[in-house]
Amino acid sequence: MSEPAREGAFEPRIVAFFCNWCTYTAADLAGISRMQYAPNVRVIRLMCSGRLDPQFVLAAFREGADGVLIGGCHPGDCHYQEGNVNALRRVELLRRMLGDLGIEEGRLRLEWISAAEGDKVQRVCNEMTEQVRALGPLRLAPGPVPVLQTEGREAR
Amino acid sequence: MSKPKVAFYWCASCGGCEEAVVDLAEDVLAVVDAVDIAFWPVALDFKVSDVEALADGELAASFVNGAIRTSEQREMAELLRRKSAVVVAFGACAWLGGIPGLANLSSSESILELVYGGSPSTPDGDGVRPHEESDVPEGRLRLPHFDETVRTLDQVIDVDYYLPGCPPPVDLIRSAVAALVEGRLPEKGTVLAPDVALCAECPRAQTKPADLKVTEFRRPHEVVADPETCLLAQGLVCLGPATRSGCGAPCIAANMPCTGCMGPTSRVIDFGAKALSAIASLVAPKEEASVAEVLDRLVDPVGTFYRYSLPASLLHRRVERETAGSRGGGEG
Repeated sequence: MSEPAREGAFEPRIVAFFCNWCTYTAADLAGISRMQYAPNVRVIRLMCSGRLDPQFVLAAFREGADGVLIGGCHPGDCHYQEGNVNALRRVELLRRMLGDLGIEEGRLRLEWISAAEGDKVQRVCNEMTEQVRALGPLRLAPGPVPVLQTEGREAR
Repeated sequence: MSKPKVAFYWCASCGGCEEAVVDLAEDVLAVVDAVDIAFWPVALDFKVSDVEALADGELAASFVNGAIRTSEQREMAELLRRKSAVVVAFGACAWLGGIPGLANLSSSESILELVYGGSPSTPDGDGVRPHEESDVPEGRLRLPHFDETVRTLDQVIDVDYYLPGCPPPVDLIRSAVAALVEGRLPEKGTVLAPDVALCAECPRAQTKPADLKVTEFRRPHEVVADPETCLLAQGLVCLGPATRSGCGAPCIAANMPCTGCMGPTSRVIDFGAKALSAIASLVAPKEEASVAEVLDRLVDPVGTFYRYSLPASLLHRRVERETAGSRGGGEG
């Protein structure tokens, strides 16, 4: 086997979607508190985990992510009341569908992390990095990345 | 003045799209009046050599239905592309991969294994598989190559327009042909159908609750659905919220939920993901265990949400778990 490319060791790429009010703030706290954790996680801030379109997860996998982590407020704490519940519903169904498409359960993770839980960001990022490292790289069949048909046109 | 020449062709499809052309009924006479059909294997006796003899771009339009699975389909798509000013992907399979695209849940090897070995209707036998080349007394016979993956037409050739549907609704075919003949073609890449979701034209839209929540999903054979009420409100998985309109809702009229054959609207990249999103957010419970309980009733999410669009999806196909030694080229 010739993989992976760099220096022989596989470094997982994990895309994280963190909600603005809880998990992203917690990640900030982890940073300010100088908590060290795996550098494999690239964070994208959403206003709410309920903004997570399942297309984002698939696009991340298509563009080379080996795992996707979603962080939102604890149930009952959502800044928009129930956005995180919608995230839960979608991620649960998406995980089932991805399983049938050959993508292991461990590559998609939803966690509730409050703004005070910097240590949980640290733990979850480390855990997930090791979990995905064990799973190995996600190798999708090559193919074109679909684009919006309205590309370059005004969407309406 | 000679009439514009058009071609119809089929690839990995069931023949329903051809049937849709026939469903134009007497309107087909107007089509024949306006254009010369230069190639239509299912109905007229032209040969591939007749197409090859045309000048490049001589065909005003080719209507190609079906997904692409074999080398023959690829070659025909490329030939028609060369000979045509406009190529229209005709129907769900050509646009998104369609039902044949669900074969992307399996490897080509496992499909051949099942069809020529393991299927219950295959007699136990010699395990003979078709070969791409076989020598017989009369000479060498060739079969097309069976590709690893089902592809959409625009993953193989440049496509100008898309006619959605399984098969495309007659009204949409009629207006597409009229637009072509009259030279009123929209911007390249347009899907020739309305660009709103089916719920917008659904006859049951009035009965869709403002805050629709589902406590139990049901399958069509498990329930006698009320013929007036929103099917989602009755727990049936209707993909109307995520599916492009323009079909006239014949399935809804027949008391069956929408399965999404008209594909996505222009704001969506991945139909299955968006349809999944629409259905998942209807689940009534809020706790993990009870959400899971409701979702347990949704059997076969891939077949439900990607029924017509797996090859066009962001993942294209099922991820094959690699075994040692199967790695190698093909890095995406």
